[in-house]
Amino acid sequence: MQDQLDYLAKRAGAGKLSRRDFMGKASALGVSAAAASTMFASAAYADGPKKGGDLKIGSTGGESTNSLDPATWASQVPYHNGRQFGDTLVEVSPTGEIEPRLATSVESTPDAKTWMFKLRQGVEFHNGKTMTGDDVLKTMERHSNEDSKSGALGVMKNIESMKVDGDTFSITLKDANADLPYLMSDYHLVIQPGGGMDNPAAGIGTGPYKMEVNEPGVRHMYSKHANYWGDDAHFDSVEILAINDATARTAALQSGQVQLINRLEPKIAGLLARAPGVSVQSTPGRGHYVFIMHTDTAPFDNNELRLALKYAINREEMVEKILRGYGSVGNDMPINAAYPLFDSSIEQRTYDIDKAKEHYAKSGHDGSPIILRTADGAFPGAVDAAQLFQQSAAAAGIPLEIKREPNDGYWSEVWNVQPFCASYWGGRPVQDQMYSTAYLSSADWNDTNFNNPEFDAKLIEAKAELDVTKRKALYSEMGMLVRDQGGLICPMFNDFIDGVSDKLVGWDVDPNGELMNGQVTRKLWFA
Amino acid sequence: MHPILKLVSQRLALGLLLLLAASALIFVGTQILPGDVAQSILGQSATPEALANLREELGLSEPALSRYFSWLGSAIQGDLGVALTNGQDIATSMGRRLGNTLFLAFWAAVISVPLAIFLGLLAVRYKDRWPDKLISGVTLASISIPEFLIGYVLMYFVGVKLGWAPSVAMINDSMSLGEKLHAIALPVTVLTLVVLAHMMRMTRAAILNVMQSAYIETAELKGLSSFQVIARHAFPNAIAPIVNVVMLNLAYLVVGVVVVEVVFVYPGMGQYLVDHVAKRDVPVVQACGLVFAAVYICLNMVADIVSILANPRLRHPK
Repeated sequence: MQDQLDYLAKRAGAGKLSRRDFMGKASALGVSAAAASTMFASAAYADGPKKGGDLKIGSTGGESTNSLDPATWASQVPYHNGRQFGDTLVEVSPTGEIEPRLATSVESTPDAKTWMFKLRQGVEFHNGKTMTGDDVLKTMERHSNEDSKSGALGVMKNIESMKVDGDTFSITLKDANADLPYLMSDYHLVIQPGGGMDNPAAGIGTGPYKMEVNEPGVRHMYSKHANYWGDDAHFDSVEILAINDATARTAALQSGQVQLINRLEPKIAGLLARAPGVSVQSTPGRGHYVFIMHTDTAPFDNNELRLALKYAINREEMVEKILRGYGSVGNDMPINAAYPLFDSSIEQRTYDIDKAKEHYAKSGHDGSPIILRTADGAFPGAVDAAQLFQQSAAAAGIPLEIKREPNDGYWSEVWNVQPFCASYWGGRPVQDQMYSTAYLSSADWNDTNFNNPEFDAKLIEAKAELDVTKRKALYSEMGMLVRDQGGLICPMFNDFIDGVSDKLVGWDVDPNGELMNGQVTRKLWFA
Repeated sequence: MHPILKLVSQRLALGLLLLLAASALIFVGTQILPGDVAQSILGQSATPEALANLREELGLSEPALSRYFSWLGSAIQGDLGVALTNGQDIATSMGRRLGNTLFLAFWAAVISVPLAIFLGLLAVRYKDRWPDKLISGVTLASISIPEFLIGYVLMYFVGVKLGWAPSVAMINDSMSLGEKLHAIALPVTVLTLVVLAHMMRMTRAAILNVMQSAYIETAELKGLSSFQVIARHAFPNAIAPIVNVVMLNLAYLVVGVVVVEVVFVYPGMGQYLVDHVAKRDVPVVQACGLVFAAVYICLNMVADIVSILANPRLRHPK
């Protein structure tokens, strides 16, 4: 049997046997699926990555309105574009550590107020120029100056001053932040020649692939950058096709027109997993689907009512019916086990009709229907989720009235405007950033209007705390405050569900983002 | 002046007036929609500062009326401006999309129009017999099924299962004509199925109407075969209504195929317009609206002129 297995492994390593075929044949020999999977991976890795091939990715979230200006990026195709032609100073590894990219090392002063990034030397832009400290400085200035419209403006606000000294780029903060390197891994912060001040949408960076064709909303074509500084990125060319329709995307993967797709619909994922030639990769992430209440608007200014609603939602049912199991239950705080320093000992809140009734009675709500606004665009399945919520709340005697809003204009007219609505968060690499973005009383996107001085104080304390144990304790207390007093009802964390052709090798679980945090084009190769 | 020329120039002038009205309506429409381009670009990540900065940069702080007239001023001089969202030149990017849409519409028309007319003639020839019923049944069924469903079904069986044609109809400039035609095989099939019934039924009805006339009886009496009667005597007299419905369907093929474009990820005008409406990118929406309106107006004009030319009584008015 061992001989046969060796033979199979060799064939798999030579790319002559797909993962699926290998698994099937290995299990016929009596090998367990898990063991076969490991064997396949080691066989495929044995000869190291193979160079070459043209990779095609079918991605949702591509519009004709997309720009190559990193400051404007908000959807998936621009995000993946940035990963091809661009590079950030640092990146977050699958296990949550800071890893070098254009900066080779990061150091801080003991008070976590000044941060020094040592810049990689001899890095070449696609236009042939060599990257300098000035390019880095100008890039960061463009994202943080007063007339910036950058999506990263929020993470840059705390910066007091920046300077370049030889090959060191340093940032001085107004308030200490032990997580600053994580902020600098933001996908908008792609280093551009001259900071992109003259031509922000030129699409020139230091990334592994050089832009060849830019047709927004249709396709983006890249070829391997000959003078790329890294030793990964194995494809000759990469093409990102904007395929927004989920069925078309799935069909394109199945018919072999593309080798990778993102955002599989949970209801399709189960079926696709059984199709030949492709596999479904489900990665637990930090994104979560939520119902948010404005804690300063009646009737949600009453914590008893908020608690009643939190006990009246059936989280397991939502994960099962909305996510079809591709996700995990939430605990009314925006943090889960995918975050570093997560306290797993916090008790899981469950659907409890008695407690919901008790809190509802204490709240003294007059019994008028509570209006919950939702739209298909709030998150996939948001309308169905609202209906499930309505039913589970009705069982506890809490009347919810669902108001369905149009997708168009949802983020400008409903979210952050109406007191109770469905929404989603993509998550952030670290707890501090998540809380600072959406739960600090002065945050721009404080979409629950959460105003808790104790919470704010702990958040600021944790920022400057370099002792990991103490920070973990602080984060745990903050999580409890949001969970028990906040306006967030978080029923579920969704997985990233990607579809991958069996022709590709090297897949790794990366909770930082879809398609391995956008690094598929660097880390995968054709078998 | 020749009455036809006069008619054409009248129609052209009227068309221009209609275009102007359409542009005003589109502008008002985009103003009524909730949110503006700045909010749409920044989406959920909009902060008040970023919003204000972007509005200033895009010139949205000016009053709506002056924005409309400054747009109109440059549009009349042929300058459609640049997209607010990504700064691309509208004429260039829209031109490419329009070319793709016309390419798809052209091939769909080349197949569907002759086929529909031929099937219509065939149905008349075998009126109330099984070929007539079969043709009517099949075409009516295909028009009744939503086009996206036909698209998905073809995509699954022809694209994924059989692998005869690509399921995603993406074309680009580096492809040869043959490759492009292969790429659009499925959307052309769907569009043909969708427009076939309408044109076929109209042909059948119009010719049957003419078939009641006395001169058809004469033609039959002088011994022409029934297909010759239809093709030589009935068809020329039924041409006006047929051209009308053909033109309507051609207009549909250009301006109404957004669903098919989305399903097959075809880089045409429909998807381009929808993306920009969603982002409230007014200059692009205006430009697309004008092109669509112009296509409709032109095709209708052609239909009118052809029916006049086809009818001697209208051709030589007293």
